[in-house]
Amino acid sequence: MADYIVDETVDITDVVCPITFVKVKVALEELDVGQILRIRMNDGEPVQNVPRSCKEEGQQVLKLLCNGDGTYDLIVKKLED
Amino acid sequence: MAFSNEQLERYARHIILKEIGVKGQKKLLNGSVLIIGAGGLGAPAAMYLAAAGVGTIGIVDADVVDLSNLQRQIIHAMKDIDKPKVISAKETMEEMNPDVKVNAIQAFVSSENILELIEPYDFIIDGTDNFPAKFLINDACVMAKKPFSHAGIIRFKGQLMTYVPGQGPCYRCVFHEPPPKNAVPTCKEAGVVGAMGGVIGSLQAMEAIKYLTGVGDLLAGRLMTYDAIKMEFRTIKLPHDTSTCPVCGENPTITELIDYEQAACELK
Repeated sequence: MADYIVDETVDITDVVCPITFVKVKVALEELDVGQILRIRMNDGEPVQNVPRSCKEEGQQVLKLLCNGDGTYDLIVKKLED
Repeated sequence: MAFSNEQLERYARHIILKEIGVKGQKKLLNGSVLIIGAGGLGAPAAMYLAAAGVGTIGIVDADVVDLSNLQRQIIHAMKDIDKPKVISAKETMEEMNPDVKVNAIQAFVSSENILELIEPYDFIIDGTDNFPAKFLINDACVMAKKPFSHAGIIRFKGQLMTYVPGQGPCYRCVFHEPPPKNAVPTCKEAGVVGAMGGVIGSLQAMEAIKYLTGVGDLLAGRLMTYDAIKMEFRTIKLPHDTSTCPVCGENPTITELIDYEQAACELK
């Protein structure tokens, strides 16, 4: 059982860098501090860059889950407005 | 206000910045800047602010585009010669970014119209080329409590400072009054490297963007100078004696706007 509850999901598999993180930032904007965002992303550049960018913005990366279909789910907790 | 996909792409490099982000870009789109002078300074300032998505940009200038302007006034092109500068500037800005509403005002600023012109705007950019206009803009902004960016360029040199009400000296605190007529040559007489307008006008655009987004430290209480020959920037901390300035001081003696006389050579 997951030790967190996802409040919102954003799919960034349809865009490439830098729009990937732009979409994440827009999604985070809509959340309250303490809420959790699931980000569905492609393998490769997004997996390398988006978690790091989230950390640099002061957000907490909880988990990176492999979906087994070439996509990953990044679970991020919003810590900063 | 939600961003369209096109806006997300257009402003991606702003939105990615921690200091600007979604909120900052919204502030820019909701912000307004008046640029006085569509010349060497105003041209790059206007273009960067339009590209940045500043929602409302006013531009004031009485002149028409002349071939001799094109060496530095990059918002205008050959096809614009003899066109009012503000119309040429508006067309360029609207071609760059349809998010921007441009108010083109073909006029000289004077004591009669300046307060009305600056009133609707959040931030003012002084891109003028003469002392009467610079003192007029300063005094009007002090009286109307409007922040503005002063700048001047000549030959290989440029300077700028930012006035924010209550946060340091105004232009008149530093320079008191216009120099005697013909004591200082104009750019027309002395020359100026075109790129100087790009350097200093871009810094003015940066100050406007920082003011609108609330990011970082403005050049309030500081004068920045740029010497391209020596390739040196200097930042000089300015004293602020609130008791003595005739316009922003505690007991102002200048309470009405002044139209100083232009040197004859500056009038076409």
